[in-house]
Amino acid sequence: MNEPVITVYTPDSSLSHPLIMVREMFRDLLASRELAWRLAVRDIRAQYRQAFLGILWAFILPLANTVTWVFLSRTGIVSVGETALPYPVYVFTGTMLWAILMDAMTAPLQQTNAARVMLAKLNFPREALVVSGIYQTLFNAGIKIALLIGALILLKINPGWNVLLLPLGILSLILVGTAIGVLITPVGVLYTDVGRALPLLMQFLMYLSPVVFPMPKEGWAATLFTINPLTPLILITRDWLTGFPPQYLSYFLVVNAAALALLLAVWVAYRLAMPILIERMSA
Amino acid sequence: MNDTLIKVDGVSKKFCRSLKKSLWYGLQDLGNELRGRRHGGNGQLRTGEFWAVKDVSFELRRGECLGLIGQNGAGKTTLLRMLNGLIKPDQGRIEIRGKVGALIALGAGFNPILTGRENIYTNASVLGLGKRQVDAKLDEIIDYSEIGDFIDTPVQNYSSGMSVRLGFSVAAVLIEPDVLLLDEVLAVGDIGFIIKCLNTMRRLTANSAVVFVSHSMQFISAFCTRVMVMNHGVSLLDTPNPGEGIDRYYALVKYQRQTSGTGEAQILGLDLLVADEMLTGEEPIIPQGSSATVALRMHVDGPRACAHAFLTIHDEAMAPLVCTPIQDADSRMLCLSSGEHLLEIPLGVVELNAGKYNFVVAIVDANTSVVLTRVEGLRPFRVFSDRTHWGKIVRPAVPQLGALPKKASTLLG
Repeated sequence: MNEPVITVYTPDSSLSHPLIMVREMFRDLLASRELAWRLAVRDIRAQYRQAFLGILWAFILPLANTVTWVFLSRTGIVSVGETALPYPVYVFTGTMLWAILMDAMTAPLQQTNAARVMLAKLNFPREALVVSGIYQTLFNAGIKIALLIGALILLKINPGWNVLLLPLGILSLILVGTAIGVLITPVGVLYTDVGRALPLLMQFLMYLSPVVFPMPKEGWAATLFTINPLTPLILITRDWLTGFPPQYLSYFLVVNAAALALLLAVWVAYRLAMPILIERMSA
Repeated sequence: MNDTLIKVDGVSKKFCRSLKKSLWYGLQDLGNELRGRRHGGNGQLRTGEFWAVKDVSFELRRGECLGLIGQNGAGKTTLLRMLNGLIKPDQGRIEIRGKVGALIALGAGFNPILTGRENIYTNASVLGLGKRQVDAKLDEIIDYSEIGDFIDTPVQNYSSGMSVRLGFSVAAVLIEPDVLLLDEVLAVGDIGFIIKCLNTMRRLTANSAVVFVSHSMQFISAFCTRVMVMNHGVSLLDTPNPGEGIDRYYALVKYQRQTSGTGEAQILGLDLLVADEMLTGEEPIIPQGSSATVALRMHVDGPRACAHAFLTIHDEAMAPLVCTPIQDADSRMLCLSSGEHLLEIPLGVVELNAGKYNFVVAIVDANTSVVLTRVEGLRPFRVFSDRTHWGKIVRPAVPQLGALPKKASTLLG
């Protein structure tokens, strides 16, 4: 038998021993794989078992959104600038990709809140909740992408070989979404305001990203669109999907690097926050 | 294998009563934590906070079982949650050697939509066990849970007893901890299942250090090698003699004296005598098996021809245990006329289980059955015994030697 593990709990912040903390983080991440997978399987099964429309829900919302915007632009209620792609395809791809980003962003808070009872009573690697959320987002994204590609083939849009890069785009969306999602989780668990404000904020951000509107050519709106770090994610992923030469590639890489750094930082925060949050949850 | 597995050294934890403040402090703690500051500040309470656990220390070795007892809100569960690493102590240090297993939230992580079988896998992985380990023991778990065909039914259709049973089975069959934490796990379930759980717990206990929280003094007395009595977060007593700990716990139970009825009679005094000696002190202790007598002084308002008196002994949950109708020599109810009375009432041998009791006296008009007075919470006393038995009345017996008629054994076939 090998030496038993010794666990020590003190009031000291784990930040005072960064090396031990990092080692524990990766150990827990590794240990959480099986649990994360189980939780994801559990949630996905339960979600679809109780829904008559099943996996259709993965794209009903983006589809409804597309119909709305095509209607608005056709009737001239809202005037939308010229797009290189047919406008319905532009909106449909945009809203689908945006939905993936939103999924990834809401998952950490939602998973953590849903697991309150477990968190308050059982000790398990907390990373499992975030990883499980990523698995579920990936699963739902898979359905969306399959549908998207099917629709594009029907519309005779040939993505070309660039479509092989598409998983990179999807992973970037999920990376950025997860980083932001984990960032807001600690405060979001304490105060429900965060969970309520997020959809509002994201709705606003959607109109500042090339999701339903094309990139503005000039004016302050153009500047805002260009600065918005979500812009390159949407644009490039859509380009890979529809066979256009990708734009803003360097900004895309910068955003990804920044998101990765952010994710590592908020992961630390998430871990440190957990005992404090659990203390404030009812047992 | 006589090694120390749990070392708790001066551990404290503060909580906040108001939710709004609690959340706000949580946010502040979050900020401090992220700046690498110590949790819990300098040991001062902020407004509205109190010590849920204050300066608790103990060590526990393999093979020992520590019973944590105390009234609701004494800090037992908070201490357990710190041992489980769910929340951080505000002061002090906890060191744990080896694997920790907790039988606490049975069935946590169950999804109501999914079947029992599917939930076994989820539940097991929450406990840190992989699919292969579950596969190997799946049948054993299902057998243990006694759920039978319901195993492929969604958990939402289970009775609460069934889901607790399934939750317990997953943990009981799969975990092999060095440190075992138990919190009121036996509160639900029928007696057959409870006995099974107890046996499993005994098996697990043999190889681990156990911390056991329960309100059942029978469980504590049967299981624990040590008892810690907690009150308002403070450890009042840590003793290797569970009987002593349990007695101390009962000392914390407070009765409220309550008087009801028309008020046309009064209880003037009730004294307890053991071996002709009057017991003094606020809460006397009677050793189990001694003979006791009650001296009851009362007054019945007149004019009244006849009133009857009843003396009852209630336990700490105010459940009536022994009723003593006051009779005369002819086994009829004793008639009390108006005026003052002093009665000496022999109680006989005190066979009550270890615990805390009090008297209730009722005086009823014999003709109209109107309750003239009923006073509860009179003269609280404790019965002391080293062992808390599984019964309200403890009456040991010695089998008689000699020939029994053969018929006596036919009962069990």
